[in-house]
Amino acid sequence: MVEMNMVQSINSALDNMLEKNQDVLLFGEDIGYFGGVFRTSDGLQKKFGKHRVFDTPLSEGGIAATAFGMGINGLRPVVEIQFADYIFPAYDQIVNEIAKVRHRSGGEFWCPITIRTPAGGGIRGGHHHSQSPESQFTHTPGLKVVYCSTPYNSKGLLISSIESNDPVIFFEPKRCYRGPFYGDPHNVPTWKDHPEAEVPEDHYKIPLGQGRLAMEGDKCTIIAWGTMVHVAEKAIIDSGISCDLIDLQTLLPWDKEIVINSVKKTGRCVIVHEAPKTSGFGSELSASIQELCFYNLESPIQRIAGWDTPFPHTTEWDYMPSTARIVAAIKKTQED
Amino acid sequence: MSRGEEEQIPLHIPDAPNRPGDSSSFEPWKWHPNDLKKPEFDCVADETFEHATGLVRVLDDNGEALGDWNPNLTTEELKLGLEHMVRLRIFDDRMMKMQRTGKLSFYMQSFGEEGIAIAQTMALNDKDWIFPTYRQPGAQFVRGRDMVSMICHCIGNVEDNVKGRQMPVHYTYKEGRFISVSSPVGTQFSQAVGVALASKYKNLDEVTITWIGDGASAEGDYHYGLNFASVFKAPVILNVVNNHWAISTHYNIASGSNNFATRGLAYGIPCFRVDGNDFLALYSVTKWARERAKLGFGATHVEILTYRAGAHSSSDDPSRYRPSNEHEYWPGGDPIERLKDHLIKNSHWTEKEQKDLEEKIDQEVISAYKEAVKYGDLANGPYPSSDTIFTEVYESVPWHLQEQWDEMKKWRTE
Ligand SMILES: Cc1ncc(C[n+]2csc(CCOP(=O)(O)OP(=O)(O)O)c2C)c(N)n1
Ligand SMILES: [Mg+2]
Repeated sequence: MVEMNMVQSINSALDNMLEKNQDVLLFGEDIGYFGGVFRTSDGLQKKFGKHRVFDTPLSEGGIAATAFGMGINGLRPVVEIQFADYIFPAYDQIVNEIAKVRHRSGGEFWCPITIRTPAGGGIRGGHHHSQSPESQFTHTPGLKVVYCSTPYNSKGLLISSIESNDPVIFFEPKRCYRGPFYGDPHNVPTWKDHPEAEVPEDHYKIPLGQGRLAMEGDKCTIIAWGTMVHVAEKAIIDSGISCDLIDLQTLLPWDKEIVINSVKKTGRCVIVHEAPKTSGFGSELSASIQELCFYNLESPIQRIAGWDTPFPHTTEWDYMPSTARIVAAIKKTQED
Repeated sequence: MSRGEEEQIPLHIPDAPNRPGDSSSFEPWKWHPNDLKKPEFDCVADETFEHATGLVRVLDDNGEALGDWNPNLTTEELKLGLEHMVRLRIFDDRMMKMQRTGKLSFYMQSFGEEGIAIAQTMALNDKDWIFPTYRQPGAQFVRGRDMVSMICHCIGNVEDNVKGRQMPVHYTYKEGRFISVSSPVGTQFSQAVGVALASKYKNLDEVTITWIGDGASAEGDYHYGLNFASVFKAPVILNVVNNHWAISTHYNIASGSNNFATRGLAYGIPCFRVDGNDFLALYSVTKWARERAKLGFGATHVEILTYRAGAHSSSDDPSRYRPSNEHEYWPGGDPIERLKDHLIKNSHWTEKEQKDLEEKIDQEVISAYKEAVKYGDLANGPYPSSDTIFTEVYESVPWHLQEQWDEMKKWRTE
């Protein structure tokens, strides 16, 4: 075990997989020589050579299409989309091609590819460096969708994603690359001394489809992913109410068991995500929870989410779900 | 698999010619101002093959303006062009300083590329549409935009006409027909064709100009733009600014060919490659393209050959991926120096006048900056009200947004 931040743990996962499997290739914009604008592939081109880790033209559609071609021809590409906001030129390739090829070819062809992309707000990124478009992919049959939140789970989940024979969209909360975020922009902790920053240097996996109980309690179930896991953690502490905090980790397919068991225990639920509320993944969870646990629910499920607007620049702290909003939602679930 | 074995993999992976630690060098230019003549306005694409594979130049290495492409600008016009370029450079320096002291969140300079938008906008009519990237803010000076309002945008303060919604340098200035900058690279290039076709539909004498980077020319939008412009003979000027770099990615990795200009030929569009640091050549090619568009012959495609002298942005450190002094070796030199030398050579200008100009503009920028921060800076505010999150998402506010807006008011901190 060594202490790593999330840039280092992701780098370590990529390093392990390049070492282990020569079918693994890394490519994307600025990821080769430079090591990525967030430095997640730093040093890997030098270590494994230009043929394994390389820069591509600035073309997300081209990156996804090339990954598709390599994937159906026996390789296991891991590509980076520089910001999740820039995944849309690749949307057709992902949604209509990568996601569907196994099914459309009667199982003859499949795409074991991983698309990594930094997502989420809190870095003064404005409209196009802040979005969290997970639900635009959870609505696509054939994809797996992962959203990591800590150094430890980012590495284990990324290795599982790369080894998955299905295509995975892997969201990395860029605000948390160098430290967790507890909702206060003036407080900038690093990962130092955080229990989730203890990361094995060797290969290990966290299975896709499994959530993680980040905190344990009995009065309310809080479900979050990405940066919001840490904001929710702080909110739970602030509320003084005993809560389960479920870090969903994989959104598609999501961990039904962990959610159901918790909601059956607490009878109350708050779902937190940064993406806009309408048609956000919280809607799916909320609908499923009421289908599966209707008679266990003691109060309406609350959703705390980004507003249904573009992501702002100077006023981003009034856009991102705050600890205060989450605390109020937790309290509201306790009223009835 | 060991490193040695991997090198046996016969996959071709391009790289930049020079990386940190390598010495910088460029092939000396073999192109001269007298090489190329202006084609007829109704020429077909193939007639511009030489223009696309050569380089349109006006200013020679001694600062003399020569050849068929010399636009014969008046001394006043030349001085105005010089003044705007100096303005942009000093403005950029000040904005970079503001970024470093936390008064802006981010910044992008035009360093080394000041001539492009300024010369080209000066060659257009006031009613022509400008559809820029983040690297053409200089067009706004030509169109008369007040510097204070530009700085307020970059800060994102209460006077920002973008209302703090976008990152700095994402200007919008409709009064000057300068269309809102968007972060996803390349989108403006194909949209500009639509702007141009709308002008044509309305039967107006308006041309649209747009730009795309060497890097972004790998996006689909570049190809959509060329194709639609060709099919519908759009009155549009389609420029690729080849400044050698897309962040850390050299143009060798943007294209398998080392010429961006000729790509338009395959779409049936006349093409030029122009010295991007030669104010007069930029002006002249743009004038030609505007005339062709006005006469109804359609689009022109231009590769603007230059070098990105500065960092990609305030978040970037180019010494990690290229020789740090490489821009000093660029055969095209510096656009400001070259126009200045030309004016001095013809006894229309002196080093003293240049110095006075720089001082005057320095004062202008300082006083604009001082006024702008009165409306708030990023570190201390005040910011636009967070009500601006909800306005102008739609023409009017639908019920679900109104509910969320009311909810936000209970929680807002700003
Ligand atoms: C669709 C999209 N992908 C990636 C980015 C991130 N990005 C911003 S600028 C840039 C490089 C652009 O280079 P180039 O087109 O050559 O323009 P230059 O910066 O040199 O003017 C990249 C990769 C983006 N803004 N949009
Ligand atoms: Mg470029």
